[in-house]
Amino acid sequence: MELFRAHVLVCGGTGCSSSGSGELIRRFEEQIAKQGLDKEVKVVRTGCFGLCEAGPVVIVYPEGTFYSRIRPDDVDEIVSEHLLKGRIVQHLVYKEKSKEEHLSLDNIDFYRSQMRLALRNCGVIDPESIDEYIAFDGYKALAKVLTEMSPQQVIDEVLRSGLRGRGGAGFPTGKKWQFAAASQAEQKYMVCNADEGDPGAFMDRSVLEGDPHAVLEAMAIGGYAIGASEGYIYVRAEYPIAVKRLQIAIEQAREYGLLGKNIFDSGFDFDVYIRLGAGAFVCGEETALMHSIEGGRGEPKPKPPFPAVRGLFDKPTNINNVETLANIPQIILKGADWFSSIGTENSKGTKVFALGGKINNTGLVEVPMGTPLREIIYNIGGGIPGGKKFKAVQTGGPSGGCIPAEQLDIAIDYDSLTAIGSMMGSGGMIVMDEDNCMVDIARFFLDFTVDESCGKCTPCRIGTKRMLEILERIVEGKGEEGDIEKLESLAKNIKATALCGLGQTAPNPVLSTLKYFRSEYEAHIREKRCPAHHCQKLLNYEITDKCRGCTACARICPVGAITGNVKEQHHIDITKCIKCGSCIEKCRFGAIVKN
Amino acid sequence: MKSLAELEAIRQKTLERVSVRKEADDAIRVVVGMATCGIAAGARPVMLKFLEEVQRRNLHNVTVSQTGCIGMCRLEPMLDVIMPGKEKVTYVKVTPDMVPRIVAEHIVNGRPVEEYTITAAESK
Repeated sequence: MELFRAHVLVCGGTGCSSSGSGELIRRFEEQIAKQGLDKEVKVVRTGCFGLCEAGPVVIVYPEGTFYSRIRPDDVDEIVSEHLLKGRIVQHLVYKEKSKEEHLSLDNIDFYRSQMRLALRNCGVIDPESIDEYIAFDGYKALAKVLTEMSPQQVIDEVLRSGLRGRGGAGFPTGKKWQFAAASQAEQKYMVCNADEGDPGAFMDRSVLEGDPHAVLEAMAIGGYAIGASEGYIYVRAEYPIAVKRLQIAIEQAREYGLLGKNIFDSGFDFDVYIRLGAGAFVCGEETALMHSIEGGRGEPKPKPPFPAVRGLFDKPTNINNVETLANIPQIILKGADWFSSIGTENSKGTKVFALGGKINNTGLVEVPMGTPLREIIYNIGGGIPGGKKFKAVQTGGPSGGCIPAEQLDIAIDYDSLTAIGSMMGSGGMIVMDEDNCMVDIARFFLDFTVDESCGKCTPCRIGTKRMLEILERIVEGKGEEGDIEKLESLAKNIKATALCGLGQTAPNPVLSTLKYFRSEYEAHIREKRCPAHHCQKLLNYEITDKCRGCTACARICPVGAITGNVKEQHHIDITKCIKCGSCIEKCRFGAIVKN
Repeated sequence: MKSLAELEAIRQKTLERVSVRKEADDAIRVVVGMATCGIAAGARPVMLKFLEEVQRRNLHNVTVSQTGCIGMCRLEPMLDVIMPGKEKVTYVKVTPDMVPRIVAEHIVNGRPVEEYTITAAESK
């Protein structure tokens, strides 16, 4: 085995791959060979580093130099300067907005307050190498469990750690395992839910792409604890890189005998199979997911019976989310006390959030539970671009709600988010600034759930559709008195009567925006006005006194709504105006505004 | 996989390959001057020899990295050995033959090879 003095880590996550990291790897290998450094420098394709905003990302060890937004042409310079002569290429090093450049990962604000447990190996190891995973203590937890612990001891350890499901609902993982273990059956199943469907969430994808073996190891541990000998990973077909790396990982683990018969000579058999989902949101719901694995329609069924009693193929089944599983090996290795020392009273450990929307550092962050929202948005996320004002953050995807600026100092955990009308969800965080209309945001999420509703139960199929129709009316300026009350009563009924989690949580975006931004709804309905100047149909164009009377706008207007004499201020007839925006584009003096 | 020992063997074998990416408190750094002057004076064979020695002796806590010109080009190839908690030691006019002794005496046993250091060279 060769020893290399330097390692060039190139991000191979979906984000960086789509901005060309594959080409970078090829170029690095070519240039390194050309300079005769191929015996000294190794190029490694890793999982996601999290700072997708700055991709494609390249890190050079042992210095830990963090290069960002690397183009193929930059590679030659990094090789000939940094790798050959040891001179760091300063102008390619990642810089935080308005700050000094940062040579190493640990000095960057984005990483400083993070604590990476579930993502610990992402961006550090080569996800296609089982040896590297083992070098970073991989499969040690499985070995410990199989050689030293009884299934009940494993369950107790997970119970004591306080780990709760990271997929959304936050059910204690240990309890789930306990229920499945208590069911008597010849065959049980361990299922990994990797059907990540929330718009804007990609933490599970990153774990699967960056550290697939951690999920396999955790599934084997869970299988041992509950008495299952088979596992299924249900992953969406839209994640081709994750699927490919999982397949490689499963093959490697089988080859090493870490999956298969008689693992570690303990008599325990366990194997894992992949099932691809076609990307239906409802298949993230556990009963629908199991139907889909069985080959049926992705439709939920009433609970009870719970999966722990009768699940996949009518056998007792335990389902855990990817991020939940990624925590398991470390809980076993470092102990429940270590894990429960992180986080808050009722929410232990860390949580991964996918930051998106109007924020500078789009990407993936992992912080201890109880971290204030302000810290995530401003210190890690780098604040709102363009000096705009923060308005709200949407957490929990289509099942969650909006958190307004007043609640920025809230310490984030499962219970605090539920208390203010949102939810942890899978961890998507979409940041909105003053230009976002909250009514339109609610409409957007309702549009999504209407689209994704499987149609099995009436409240969800028809109820969400009616809510969407009301919201569409409101943003078009056709809202009526009583609409808000209608929305509220529909929301209440849908929440109470829908069959599965999708329907029960679908009204949340409407309820939480009504709670914190009711005045915006009222402005839309009563004054036919959009306070954020977002809803196209409610905007009125106006010419201010900056107008020099050049007549350019009057000539471009397709409906002849603009009148005025040369060298005098022009005027728009709002009854004729079709709000196409051509005049704004044409005006050279910035004299036309939307109100 | 039948035993813990097998797993540990793979771990140890791979560890040395990935150790440059791990943070260790007891890390010893060997920094070789690799600017044009250093390379011209023969720094590359010296560095390769270091890598070879480090690997041969299974020294997981040693990283070999390079740096630019520090201005004393007449003494190249130069290299620094930086041990945690100790002052850095600079070796000058290093040849590949000198490397095994530096590794054995300094890095493994903690006694700098006085006669190869910059202090010795300058007092001549």
